[in-house]
Amino acid sequence: MISVQGVSKQFGDYVALDDVSLEIRDGSLTALLGPSGSGKSTLLRIIGGLETPDSGRIVIHGDDATNVPPQKREIGFVFQHYAAFKHMTVRDNVAFGLTIRRQPKEKVAERVDELLKIVGLAGYQKRYPSQLSGGQRQRMALARALAVEPRVLLLDEPFGALDAKVRTELREWLRRLHDEVHVTTLLVTHDQEEAMSIADDIAVMDNARIEQVGHPRELYDNPSNPFVMGFLGEVSQLAGRLVRPHDIAIAAESVAGAHEAMVSRVIHLGFEVRVELMLTSGEAVSAQITRTEADELEIGSGDIVWLRAAGNSTLEAI
Amino acid sequence: MSTVVQARPEGGARRRGRRSRSYGGGVGPLGIGVATLWLSIIVLLPLAAVLAKSLEGGPAGLWDAINAPSARAALILTVAISAVVALINVVVGTLIAWVLVRDEFPGKGFVNALIDLPFALPTIVASIVLLSLYGPNSPIDLDLYATKPAVAIALLFVTLPFVVRSVQPVLMEVDREAEQAAASLGAGNLTIFRRIVLPALVPALLGGAGLAFARAIGEFGSVVLIGGGIPRETEVASQYIAKQIEIDRPESAAAVSVALLVIAFLVLFVLRLAAARTQRHERG
Repeated sequence: MISVQGVSKQFGDYVALDDVSLEIRDGSLTALLGPSGSGKSTLLRIIGGLETPDSGRIVIHGDDATNVPPQKREIGFVFQHYAAFKHMTVRDNVAFGLTIRRQPKEKVAERVDELLKIVGLAGYQKRYPSQLSGGQRQRMALARALAVEPRVLLLDEPFGALDAKVRTELREWLRRLHDEVHVTTLLVTHDQEEAMSIADDIAVMDNARIEQVGHPRELYDNPSNPFVMGFLGEVSQLAGRLVRPHDIAIAAESVAGAHEAMVSRVIHLGFEVRVELMLTSGEAVSAQITRTEADELEIGSGDIVWLRAAGNSTLEAI
Repeated sequence: MSTVVQARPEGGARRRGRRSRSYGGGVGPLGIGVATLWLSIIVLLPLAAVLAKSLEGGPAGLWDAINAPSARAALILTVAISAVVALINVVVGTLIAWVLVRDEFPGKGFVNALIDLPFALPTIVASIVLLSLYGPNSPIDLDLYATKPAVAIALLFVTLPFVVRSVQPVLMEVDREAEQAAASLGAGNLTIFRRIVLPALVPALLGGAGLAFARAIGEFGSVVLIGGGIPRETEVASQYIAKQIEIDRPESAAAVSVALLVIAFLVLFVLRLAAARTQRHERG
């Protein structure tokens, strides 16, 4: 388990982390999710020993690692821009951690081949990083980090520099890899979809603090505040309450507790139908229903309908 | 200052080369014509003239002139001291560049500006400056006048900026994250420098060392006062050449000049080749 205890960090006047505490379960894949400048990368770098906290402690597997240099933390670090050793072949890149430990050559070669197979780069041993695509470079960087059998894998926006399609492929691949290798992994991302789709746990960060920690589903359904709710998905406001657009039930008849509204626009997006409405108070509301529901309601612009929040994930609007 | 400006692009040379290859926005025949004409008038024709002069006595005469005892001694001394000077520059120049790029200290801007001073100074002034500190009236009681160390110090003084100025920009662009990745893989500072940083610096180091060496073998002004010019002792090739002109032996002067030219050309060529080899995979 990685335990972050009351960590603070300032760069000059800028507060990057403000008394942050977090526990990361062994063998889990945890995402640190937040907008840029929220302090998530700083936290990751502190856990990796690349920055020193002003106060607080980092405990890795029961050992206080706060003042342990990165060389001795047994962590693997993967950077957004790959940090490839450009003058070395793929083989030498992956072997780096092993060769500086003076492991026997055959053993190193065997391990490198095995790792390159795991990350899908078998046969690329003699290439140079400049001859690989971005996705391949990042997989090489992962193999390089895994080669030394780290206790913790730290990934700093690992797919941030890749195009959308490769990003989606690689994150699914990372999830499968994690299920095989089971190394405790902490991933920094600003992409909520990325975090939701691969993480076991998500810690949402904003303004140098952790706002909420939990399973993706739990965070989505029970956000503790409007920021978390808004960062994890779309939010509509219905009569003073924040609610997910798909949690707004639309009825053709008046029901108890429902708000009267007029349909201003119906947008068909295939399976999903987006309904723009106007409450009698003049407030605009956006709801999301399925195509079947839309067909049953025979909904169209100018109709008068009744809205109520159906799900349980509602918050008081500030 | 012009040679300092020349020293700078060493690090960026590869990028420049690649750029012209990828979208060859050439300057056309006129540009090429002007460049060729200029190079001919300024460089090639004078070189051809001195080569012709040196060959007045035939190849054998050229060889004899170079092989004359004091000529040979001056050439060997010049090359040996220049090589040592270039090597010292590689080590100290890298250290200075490192300090200037990676460390923050008060007066950094001043130190940075100071690096170019030996270059901006007329070399004869450099010689006087050094003579006043390391000459017969040395305030620190260190009289190096007319010794080999004095020649080396004079050459170190004028060649200081070359390695510093070629390594500095490359060091600024070195991927810090690659160093951090190496650290997280267990590499200590020395290993990181040797295995990660140094390979990136090699082309700039070779370039800077080459320029320092080429400058050193041709240096005259800074050596002339403090070196003493004792034949077969501290007389460098350029002093020998000047002396041959004075005693009206222009063929002999031309012969040693050609020898210097060939050495400078060979060294620059070999270092450039080596630099090109090391940076083959440094792209992207």
